[in-house]
Amino acid sequence: MSGRTIGTIYAKELTDSLRDRRTLVSTLLMPTLLMPLLILGIGSLASRVVSRARQEVPRIMVVGGADSPGIRADLEKSGKFRIEAASADWKALIADRKVRAAVEIPAGFERALGSGSAPPVIVYGFDGELNSGMATGQLRIFFTALRDRTTARLLADRGLPASVARPFEVRQSNVVPPEKTGGNLVGGILSYIIITFCVIGAMYPAMDLAAGEKERGTMETLLCSPASRTDIVIGKFLMVLTGSLAAVACSLVSLSVTLAVAGRAIAAGPASAARGGGAAIAIDPLGLLGVLAMVIPVSVLFSAVLFTVSLFAKSYKEAQSYAQPVVFLAIIPVGIGTLPGIDLSARLALVPVLNISLVCKEMLSGVWHWGFIAAIFATTVIYAGAALALAIRMFRSEGVLFRT
Amino acid sequence: MIEARLLTKVFRDRKKGEIRGADSVSFRVEPGSIYGLLGANGAGKTTTLRLLATLLSPTSGTASVAGYDVATEPDKVRARVGFLATSTALYARLTAREMIAYFGRLNGLGGPELRERIRALAGELDMHDFLDRRCDKLSTGMKQRTSIARMLVHDPQVMIFDEPTLGLDVIASRAIVQFVRQCRERGKTVIYSTHVMSEAEKLCDVIGIIHGGRMRAEGTLAEIRARTGEAGLEESFVKIVMEGQRA
Repeated sequence: MSGRTIGTIYAKELTDSLRDRRTLVSTLLMPTLLMPLLILGIGSLASRVVSRARQEVPRIMVVGGADSPGIRADLEKSGKFRIEAASADWKALIADRKVRAAVEIPAGFERALGSGSAPPVIVYGFDGELNSGMATGQLRIFFTALRDRTTARLLADRGLPASVARPFEVRQSNVVPPEKTGGNLVGGILSYIIITFCVIGAMYPAMDLAAGEKERGTMETLLCSPASRTDIVIGKFLMVLTGSLAAVACSLVSLSVTLAVAGRAIAAGPASAARGGGAAIAIDPLGLLGVLAMVIPVSVLFSAVLFTVSLFAKSYKEAQSYAQPVVFLAIIPVGIGTLPGIDLSARLALVPVLNISLVCKEMLSGVWHWGFIAAIFATTVIYAGAALALAIRMFRSEGVLFRT
Repeated sequence: MIEARLLTKVFRDRKKGEIRGADSVSFRVEPGSIYGLLGANGAGKTTTLRLLATLLSPTSGTASVAGYDVATEPDKVRARVGFLATSTALYARLTAREMIAYFGRLNGLGGPELRERIRALAGELDMHDFLDRRCDKLSTGMKQRTSIARMLVHDPQVMIFDEPTLGLDVIASRAIVQFVRQCRERGKTVIYSTHVMSEAEKLCDVIGIIHGGRMRAEGTLAEIRARTGEAGLEESFVKIVMEGQRA
């Protein structure tokens, strides 16, 4: 093995790849732009939709309640609803989004309030529809307040204080620093994004440097040189690894900048207000460093696997059809790792890729299981080494290099 | 010098079974001479030349190139060989200068020595006008000159040409033929494979006719003609190949 030859091959591949538009898009442009597009673009769009729904005064219908004029008047006076004249097809109108919700007030409701044994009020809506959800929510708030007022009046009539019905309050407080909260909220999805870019960043350089070179005839030109096959494969592999790590680095830098810009806006937004407000989403920098350290052997693993697969292909097109299943095989376990309730265990620590996803999620949440971290790092390094050895072996095979 | 002794390469194919790409091929090429390897498509020319250039390793038999064994010292062989084939393409996104420099570095050259070598080759092959142009922007003739410069950058003792004029126009083909002659004049050991009989007649000192992976006939042009009793090389070639098919 010659370091000088490997360096020469790597430098050439780097120059060549930096002039390849497809590689630049997959390793630099896409990872840089995806985060701002997702968080700022889709996030601000979703925020605008929610805020528009909040500002809307929903059209509702009151079904029944002819003998409860006070309730009806209070609903109108609240200014929170636009009451439409009731019609028999009110269910269809809700389904067609022409009316947001309806409330059924049973006969004798207002009169029964005084005795404390009123029949139930039923709120109707379109489950899963945002504006309808807002309207039913407002109706529930209105009737809950009415119930509280009625309770207080009934207690006062009997000479009892209101605290009899509510002897104590329950409050909730977050004891975890904002970095841990942020890590827990976005750790799963962050691991997913990082590992996905780890694969995508390696995919195009691997296909171009292996199958692409075979197809264009430059592989034979290179094989005529005195460079040994091991030097060639390592030089090329290092470029594939560079693509993978560059994609991860770009996505992380882009994500950090996006979170810094958008984090406070998200925290101050309606979604956060609904949770009772909170600090900006913050990520523990130590957790991010841990993720980066774990990502290196994963990058080596994916780079070697994709390079091997691409080497076997006769053409760029064939390499694409081989690489796509590899990408899916990598992304599926990462996706499983993002599911709530899937936590790192001794059994899952042995499953490649899924273990990385889970341990990254934990590290971003500020949980450091050193035993698992060491075991997962070591096994991934072993998998990566085996994949690289396979790539070298494949590159020495005439049947693979001159496959027609 | 090139010396092949009973050089054999067997490929195993799932559908076709065992294929003998080269079957006990023996020949010798002296420095300052051109050996023409003639054969139809699929005759075994490319396999034989790839074995000599160490792109493939022999199943049995041996070959030495510039004094080094192709099986045991392939790196040393490649350092002394220049290989040019229709399948040896250029890197589209590199300039002609970068292409030559890359192969110079892979052959151990560097610094002022490499720069001087590129300058000399560019002068010799009239490349100054396009030396810094990307290879995908070059005309066929320019690409050909860049390939020749790539092949010559380390001044190899042995030159292997595998159907270098395939798909080229008359002018470009003539330039290649002229270049091969110059290699002989400089004392290089040259092996030239083709199925264009007129090229072989013009160029080659010794001709080997290969068919079905086996060497069917070998000798000077006059010896080949005398053996077959035919006036032209083309007729002689057809006669030898037909005999080979019957055997």
